Amino acid sequence: MSGTFTKSMARNIFYGGSMFFVLLFLALTFDTMKVLPQRDNRANLTQAVINGKKIWETRNCIGCHTLLGEGAYFAPELGNVYTRRGPDFIKAWIMGQPTGTPGRRQMPQFNLTPQELDDLVAFLKYSSEINSAKWPPNIEG
Amino acid sequence: MQYKSQAVAKPYFIAAIGLFVGQILFGLIMGLQYVVGDFLFPAIPFNVARMVHTNLLIVWLLFGFMGAAYYLVPEETETELWSPKLALALFWIFLVAGALTIVGYLSLPYAKLAELTGNDLLATMGREFLEQPLITKIGIVIVALAFLFNITMTTLKGRKTSIVLVLLLGLWGLAVMFLFSFYNPHNLVLDKFYWWWVVHLWVEGVWELILGALLAFVLIKVTGVDREVIEKWLYVIITLTLITGIIGTGHHYFWIGTPEYWQWWGSIFSALEPIPFFAMTIFAFNMVNRRRRDHPNRAATLWALGTGVMAFLGAGVWGFLHTLAPVNYYTHGTQITAAHGHMSFYGAYAMVVLCIISYAMPVLRGRAANSNKAQVMEMWSFWLMTVSMVFITLFLTAAGVLQVWLQRYSQTPMPFMEAQDQISLFYWLREGAGVIFLIGLVVYIGSFFVKGESKAQTT
Repeated sequence: MSGTFTKSMARNIFYGGSMFFVLLFLALTFDTMKVLPQRDNRANLTQAVINGKKIWETRNCIGCHTLLGEGAYFAPELGNVYTRRGPDFIKAWIMGQPTGTPGRRQMPQFNLTPQELDDLVAFLKYSSEINSAKWPPNIEG
Repeated sequence: MQYKSQAVAKPYFIAAIGLFVGQILFGLIMGLQYVVGDFLFPAIPFNVARMVHTNLLIVWLLFGFMGAAYYLVPEETETELWSPKLALALFWIFLVAGALTIVGYLSLPYAKLAELTGNDLLATMGREFLEQPLITKIGIVIVALAFLFNITMTTLKGRKTSIVLVLLLGLWGLAVMFLFSFYNPHNLVLDKFYWWWVVHLWVEGVWELILGALLAFVLIKVTGVDREVIEKWLYVIITLTLITGIIGTGHHYFWIGTPEYWQWWGSIFSALEPIPFFAMTIFAFNMVNRRRRDHPNRAATLWALGTGVMAFLGAGVWGFLHTLAPVNYYTHGTQITAAHGHMSFYGAYAMVVLCIISYAMPVLRGRAANSNKAQVMEMWSFWLMTVSMVFITLFLTAAGVLQVWLQRYSQTPMPFMEAQDQISLFYWLREGAGVIFLIGLVVYIGSFFVKGESKAQTT
């Protein structure tokens, strides 16, 4: 980078280039927002699902588990747990924690009410029905 | 020290190092919990330890960035800070708020903390890296705005160099993108989509501007190379950063319900993301080779070169490893992601903060550079931490490859916990490397207390 390529040219390319890609990103975002209703399962966004999402958040589930592959990698993927285990297993599992098996990873007891358990399951069912482009590769998540 | 007000950087740097220690201790707790699952349970469940580990990382880096700005801006703009008192007040506010948040994480059930801190008014908690209570988030915004006001006012009354402009752009971007943390729609796909506007556009966007500016500043100081040359490089690097990194956000939009064209946009643009990091490495080595003087602070030069190399390896190479959609289909949300996360954060951000501390701290303590003995010790800590981080990354990568093989790729996929049992050896090795990292950090802190002859006084 000698002679003819000056700092002010570099600066102008920076501002111009960045601005172009910001606008492109916004355009793609705009298109995504238009397409999402067909993919994000918003038709099934019931009050139970909304409550369930809040329970998911306020128990910091993402601190151990992944949801659609995002989160922590300490415990199983839960985006498809509804299809993998079904509602009754999920509820019984949550109620049965911690297992207390020596040396095994432990999940806290959250003392959820039957209503809260139903809401959480509703949220996990809703999550499992989002069109995630065939991810995960298999039922084990 | 050229300007008296630069001294406010010192408490920021000390706090950054202190919080860094906390981050590593909690990292070791989590690392052990991976293999001894009930370690410290139920006192510190894994999710709490992880929240403390990642939040401390973010906060100590923010302390580092702010300290760096308070040190750098007066010197670049050739004027005293607009208000050193405000800077000092913000330091205490941020430190106390941060400490209270961590105490809250550790002493209360998370749901109780949410209830007590207004999460019912506006639910923002319980999302990865954005676990902070609403009041902490608001506090962060207030501190950030007051900080930006202070350094922007300083810049307005002084010399406006490219380094300062890029730094300001990065810091303003950091604050603006954080505002998306207050947007938490019920729709999970939208939630995830805009969550990345904070997380990705921070670390693969605006934070890289901060990184570039800090590196450029230190390189000017230690090499004496002409500012015009260095600032031209800086613009080239950050151009490459933003033209690859912004659309590169798409590599997070493969499997979260977003349209499938993102697999193309994300793969192609994020495959180009190593380029700016490679340019940064070339830049650092080139400038040091063309140095016009031999700065007595060799440790700072080592950190500058190290951050270039490690950012390229961690963010560039390890990012590329799993960024193409057909690969990511199998690796998404495995230990491969963890491997990349560790080396990139250390290489790009931890090291650049340690670099500016290494350069600025001796000056703040009234000398151009530390004694030879202290520098040798600091360089030992550099190698201990950096090499152990390479091993942490390699062990996590091995764990991740096995995990993908057993749980994702196989014809007879194994359940998650069974696969985890199979790879526990690599988690033990990772924990061992983590202990070496901690030893490196102790050596690093020890280097601040080594006396011996100090180099020429600065004025």
